[in-house]
Amino acid sequence: MTEPIADSATEELLDLTVVVNGVPRHAKAPARRLLSDFLRHDLRLTGTHVGCEHGVCGACTVLVDGQPMRSCLMFAVTAQAHEVTTVEGLGAIDSMGPVQQAFIECHGLQCGFCTPGFLTTITAYLEDHPHPTADEAREAISGNLCRCTGYQNIVKSVLRAAELRAERAGTTT
Amino acid sequence: MKPAPFVHHAPRSVAEAVGVLAQVGPEGKVLAGGQSLIPILNMRLASPAHLVDINQVAGLADVVVTGTEVRIGALVRHAQLEHHDEAYAALPLLRQALVNVAHPVIRNRGTTVGSIAHADAAGEMPAVLALTEGVVEAVSAGGTREIAVADFFEGALETSLGADELVVGVRFRRFAEGTGTAFMERARRHGDYAMAGVAAAVRVEDGVVADARLSFVSVTDVPRTLDVTSAFAGQEPDAVDWSAAADLVAGAIEPDGDIHATAAYRAMLAAELSRLTLAAAAARSVALQQHLSDSEGPAA
Ligand SMILES: Cc1cc2nc3c(=O)[nH]c(=O)nc-3n(C[C@H](O)[C@H](O)[C@H](O)COP(=O)(O)OP(=O)(O)OC[C@H]3O[C@@H](n4cnc5c(N)ncnc54)[C@H](O)[C@@H]3O)c2cc1C
Ligand code: FES
Ligand code: FES
Repeated sequence: MTEPIADSATEELLDLTVVVNGVPRHAKAPARRLLSDFLRHDLRLTGTHVGCEHGVCGACTVLVDGQPMRSCLMFAVTAQAHEVTTVEGLGAIDSMGPVQQAFIECHGLQCGFCTPGFLTTITAYLEDHPHPTADEAREAISGNLCRCTGYQNIVKSVLRAAELRAERAGTTT
Repeated sequence: MKPAPFVHHAPRSVAEAVGVLAQVGPEGKVLAGGQSLIPILNMRLASPAHLVDINQVAGLADVVVTGTEVRIGALVRHAQLEHHDEAYAALPLLRQALVNVAHPVIRNRGTTVGSIAHADAAGEMPAVLALTEGVVEAVSAGGTREIAVADFFEGALETSLGADELVVGVRFRRFAEGTGTAFMERARRHGDYAMAGVAAAVRVEDGVVADARLSFVSVTDVPRTLDVTSAFAGQEPDAVDWSAAADLVAGAIEPDGDIHATAAYRAMLAAELSRLTLAAAAARSVALQQHLSDSEGPAA
């Protein structure tokens, strides 16, 4: 299944602790372990996807102290200073976050490979811009690539997620 | 697509960081936001034996605005500077250029100082440092030195920085009061590296153009300022043909062709963006002069 990335016979393994989705998680890994691989291989949180490993596709985007960042462009050792939220932290199957719910309602995914990166990026975006226009929604997702949907339904999902957030805020206050 | 093994150092102070850099010499690399370095490591275009991760170094994350400069520390992220209202008011060119640096998610992590140290000819902020005649502050175990922008950039991805030196901050010089600025670029997709980009600063004084300067992205190896005042001096901004600097621009750039654009297309873009940014900067200068004279109260 997973190939050993580190040659543990020759390479020093560090005791790493990263807070992921509110829980401190420990694993031994070499300094060169990317946060994306730490999440997937060491913590078995395979919701975060890895496409290009050079920052272009956005599939690996996670929230670092609430801000979206590329997990393929950060080392796990550096991430120890931060709180990481992955797609698994955005909601569960019976209690989905508004962005997840909107993607289902609007058919915002097909193969789903790009989806975790979109969900994290859009979740953070709506925190700062709760009422985007369609153009703003398009701009907000311009750093994420999707090879299936043609983006139309992802733009719709952003707008629907904004509505859902507003509705949920209305019912809880 | 995985980095080669390295030893990770996480200094807490500048003194500690430059101590490690002195020890490991050319085997060491500074890691800031990692948005340029980690792709390079992932692709194994470089495999330094030691990474000096400065993200825990105290005191490097401040933006300080003075009457003459905007100073940023080495850990100021692009996004932090972009959204800094005081820095924007002091030097609008910063935000005008920063919104073109990659995508917001990359700007959340990448540092402005890192992009200047990286010295990519396609980087926006090296061109801004050039146009503002900025200064790079470098520290090594041997001491501190200030490097004027003209002595800093040496070629594409090449600077005069020593392997043992850490850039602790850069200072962008503010323009003379009443100077208008503009930044424009063209990329295949918004957020990509530009095929060509231009920063302009124009000062209109007593109703005529007094100063006009440009710097370029992706069409020169070394970002520097091109003074184009001679093409417009003494002319009224409304009557100016802003393409009059085209020959000066053509003489200053050395575009290369690649899969994104031919050299000829980049040259054409540089000329056209020069015309547009000069006009936009001049219009801002006129508006600023108007504002200045209004706020001086009714003329006697
Ligand atoms: C998908 C993508 C698109 C991008 N698009 C653009 C773009 O359009 N325009 C653009 O300008 N940039 C772009 N970038 C690069 C981005 O701006 C980087 O943030 C920036 O170039 C480097 O800053 P950093 O803090 O990430 O530096 P790092 O990646 O950590 O370091 C880069 C280099 O500078 C050195 N360095 C960094 N800080 C210091 C220091 N304080 N002292 C000494 N040396 C130092 C490092 O050793 C390394 O060699 C893009 C990046 C990605 C991944
Ligand atoms: S895998 Fe990180 S951006 Fe593509
Ligand atoms: S749904 Fe397949 S890549 Fe986006």
